[in-house]
Amino acid sequence: MKARVVVTLKNGVLDPQGKAIEGALASLGFDGVGEVRVGKVIDLELKATDKAAAEAEVKAMCERLLANTVIENFAVQFVG
Amino acid sequence: MKAAVLVFPGINRETDMAKALAAVSGVKPAMVWHTDTDLPAGTDLVVVPGGFSYGDYLRCGAIAARAPIMRAVAAHAERGGLVLGVCNGFQIITEAGLLPGALVRNASMKFICKEVNLKVENRETAFTSAYRHGQVIRCPVAHGEGNYVADDGTIAELEAEGRVVFRYCDPTGHISPAANPNGSTNAIAGIINARGNVLGMMPHPENLIEALHGGLDGRPLFDSLVAALPKAA
Repeated sequence: MKARVVVTLKNGVLDPQGKAIEGALASLGFDGVGEVRVGKVIDLELKATDKAAAEAEVKAMCERLLANTVIENFAVQFVG
Repeated sequence: MKAAVLVFPGINRETDMAKALAAVSGVKPAMVWHTDTDLPAGTDLVVVPGGFSYGDYLRCGAIAARAPIMRAVAAHAERGGLVLGVCNGFQIITEAGLLPGALVRNASMKFICKEVNLKVENRETAFTSAYRHGQVIRCPVAHGEGNYVADDGTIAELEAEGRVVFRYCDPTGHISPAANPNGSTNAIAGIINARGNVLGMMPHPENLIEALHGGLDGRPLFDSLVAALPKAA
């Protein structure tokens, strides 16, 4: 089973990287872009075969390491 | 003082820190490898030095904060033992949950390597008693992610309890956005936990402790620790 973890900055946490991309897109003439925020995608290959157990396990991984819940949100998707 | 300096892969300020501790206290600290599970017996100060542990992968300090030795550091802090985290060390102990908040990318997006001015906001700690209240000191910084953030409640609590120990300021002690190198909330450069035994700071006091460094403004921090801790046998 494969899981995809998407980590994003919480609202209100300044994202200077997103701001820089916003500026670069504007300089390329893409003037229809509002705020840009940058996150991370982490793909995991799991040994688990039971989806509920895998969900609980990945959630624990996110809380303990993959995301810093002080500043980040996470979402988990399962593929295959 | 019986100090232990933690060493993680990618850390590069451990020797500076060890030299500063030895120069001021007269006792060489133990260098403790990250895979160790225990601190040397009798350790009364743990220092987490600066650098780029694990290449800053995932988040600065995130991997190091989960290293085996960090359980012993948490237990040491729980017992009331002193912990000092500088630069990456501040990021590591914050990621480990020993201090609240987080350190994120500098607002300027730039890595900053320069000398800044700091205001000593609280001298009633084991780390700062040798400074004067409100003293303005010079101190080098070298970081890309030193922008301190926390939720509003945490910031209010830190401020109300005098737990902002160091703040970025100009040479006259004035706090302004222009004197804030990284965009930290309320110009926070260093904070302490509620119990007063865990201090984290982005600037490097270990790099300003002898005349050849160009100043001695970091030395009182180590003098404070020497005064706070029993003399090593």
